[in-house]
Amino acid sequence: MTDTDAPLLVAEGLTKYYGRQLGCRDVSFSLYEGEVLAVVGESGSGKTTLLQLLSTQLAPSAGRVRYRLRNGATRDLAELGEAERRFLFRTDWGYVHQDAALGLRMNVSAGANVGERLMAVGWRHYGRIRGTATQWLDRVEIDRDRIDDPPLVYSGGMRQRLQIARNLVTQPRLVFMDEPTGGLDASVQARLLDLLRGLVTELGLAAVVVTHDLAVARLLSHRIMVMKGGEVIETGLTDQVLDDPREPYSQLLVSSILPP
Amino acid sequence: MSPLLQLTGVSKTFTMHLQDGIRLPVVAGVAFAVAAGECVALAGPSGAGKSSVLKMIFGNYRCDAGEILVRHGDERIDVARADPRRILKLRRTTIGYVSQFLRAVPRVPAIDVVSEPLLAAGTAREAARTRAGELLARLNVPQRLWGLPPATFSGGEQQRINIARGFLPDLPILLLDEPTASLDSTNRAVVMDLINEKKARGAAIASIVHDDDVRARTADRVIDIARFSAALR
Amino acid sequence: MNAPAYNFAYLDEQTKRMIRRAILKAIAIPGYQVPFASREMPMPYGWGTGGVQVTASVLGPDDVLKVIDQGSDDTTNAVSIRKFFAKTAGVRTTTHTAEATLIQTRHRVPETPLTENQILVYQVPIPEPLRFLEPRETETRRLHALADYGLMHVKLYEDIARHGHIATTYAYPVKVDGRYVMDPSPTPKFDNPKMDDCAALQLFGAGREKRIYAIPPHTRVVSLDFEDHPFEASRTPETCALCGADDTFLDEVITDDKGGRLFVCSDSDYCEKRRGAETAA
Repeated sequence: MTDTDAPLLVAEGLTKYYGRQLGCRDVSFSLYEGEVLAVVGESGSGKTTLLQLLSTQLAPSAGRVRYRLRNGATRDLAELGEAERRFLFRTDWGYVHQDAALGLRMNVSAGANVGERLMAVGWRHYGRIRGTATQWLDRVEIDRDRIDDPPLVYSGGMRQRLQIARNLVTQPRLVFMDEPTGGLDASVQARLLDLLRGLVTELGLAAVVVTHDLAVARLLSHRIMVMKGGEVIETGLTDQVLDDPREPYSQLLVSSILPP
Repeated sequence: MSPLLQLTGVSKTFTMHLQDGIRLPVVAGVAFAVAAGECVALAGPSGAGKSSVLKMIFGNYRCDAGEILVRHGDERIDVARADPRRILKLRRTTIGYVSQFLRAVPRVPAIDVVSEPLLAAGTAREAARTRAGELLARLNVPQRLWGLPPATFSGGEQQRINIARGFLPDLPILLLDEPTASLDSTNRAVVMDLINEKKARGAAIASIVHDDDVRARTADRVIDIARFSAALR
Repeated sequence: MNAPAYNFAYLDEQTKRMIRRAILKAIAIPGYQVPFASREMPMPYGWGTGGVQVTASVLGPDDVLKVIDQGSDDTTNAVSIRKFFAKTAGVRTTTHTAEATLIQTRHRVPETPLTENQILVYQVPIPEPLRFLEPRETETRRLHALADYGLMHVKLYEDIARHGHIATTYAYPVKVDGRYVMDPSPTPKFDNPKMDDCAALQLFGAGREKRIYAIPPHTRVVSLDFEDHPFEASRTPETCALCGADDTFLDEVITDDKGGRLFVCSDSDYCEKRRGAETAA
């Protein structure tokens, strides 16, 4: 965690209605470089809506999101042009989908999947692109020999790790994760979480991780935000909220974990 | 010179919403201070709130009233009111905590569990690992275990990993919750030496120790938490 | 029997105006695919309706028209289209590149360098270079608008990963005027360099897909590649059996059933001219 005073991402009064249906209401927080915020809640809590609002995939009904660009300027994301937003997505941000197939090109080789962002920002040397892709496969513990295989023939855990490599290759500062371990076997989950934890620390990533799994929140995040029915119920230091939950719903959530 | 750690009027009550909102008072009006080079033992019967007090100092538990002042450089920061970022910073630079049980993260080898706080503070990986190894050796953890994740270790081994992790960085304030509970006499002696060495270097230590011998050899003062215990009334 | 009376070059004037507007827009934005209201033509889709509509719209009574198909003037396709315009426009036709003012082509660029007085009209099946990587039209339009061409290089990367070299040999993607990535139609990559800084106006028509695009004269056209796998305008390393040329695009002709074959220039007019020159010399 750096000591930079200016936050990286600031949400102010974010609200989203789908017609009359509430997605989320009045969510505000600041996220700093190198900080991981977990957003936990059950289905319908609004956590995924929040993630999509933060990553500009949805436009808010009210409120705004401000982001500090690499050049130091803080911009209201709603004011960015489409080209700027896509560039941001490709270079400064990552988005890890729960279903890796949504975040990968399934019919294109793993190497091309990882190299695509590099090519999109102008890399034109095949050898270097392939070399960087290889390094990243190593980092996410995918066998180098699989670099020319398409993710169609990968297991779920491998696909997810590939998705992570694809997102991190341009060294983003902020990564959005939507249930990154969802649907994976327990041992695969453990491996993935360990990988994420290591990468987040090593690269000083800031991240917003949406999860319904409190163990994931505890392992990955510094701060946690509990949501229910579109509202923020409680927010604070992760270990504090999980060990000393104050609100009734937080207490319910924490007590609902089955011991292994 | 103000004490490194000072508690005034610290109170905590648990409200159990799932049990019809019954309130469980834990402590009320806790007040004590720990100066640099001092070790203060918190004593009292089970359930008096000793662990809760340590957890409040670490920021793991919230406190409902009072101040927990920690000296951080030239400032004094109130942990009870600090925002999450501040608390995380304090944990990296100022306050260390050795909990009663190691929370084993899957897949991370013992040597990395121990060196992690040093890494977070900016030490290079190899240097951190070397120092971690030295401390583990001192605590009689055999080298063949260093590369293994501690989840499968015995209670005593896990506790020694926990202790190494807490003692390795040079933090001015150290909170110890039953550091010698699962240890044999040899390792108890090592831990006592470690505590006294920290004191000699100017650390302020607050500990919970049930073993009278250990307490006698490490603590300069004993605070009876039962005095402040709202739970036992 | 009364022969039907055709408007000049078959299309009505309003349609020609509409197509010319599309052509002007295409010239103003080199390499950009301009949608146009493609008409029903008296030949099915896939037989050059796009090229025919473009030719029909720019053809004038004083033009001299040449039509080639894979470099040859006398395939069924080339002959039919030439006859079509002869009948509906009454223009002079020729097989000699140097004499033509308007050349409609399928899948080849003439070997004879073109001049400022000429227009080359290409027949295009699938105008979108990204189509096979990104099937959604909404998405490809966006990618072009944002000059987001990483995907194109992904395709080339895949080629190298799979075959050790860029395996695309025709319809090799190019970047026009430093901005739009374009499919040059299924011409062999050997022809790509001819499109660069060409003195003639190059027009591209896709009838079924309803798109027109253009490369104005003397425009930069660069084939996409990697620094360590640069573009090569490769050709079969043989000489033409008829004229002896060693720098033209060759067709392979099987001569017997024992594997006998020879190579001849694909551009029949060019080959003939060379042979004529030799006889004259």
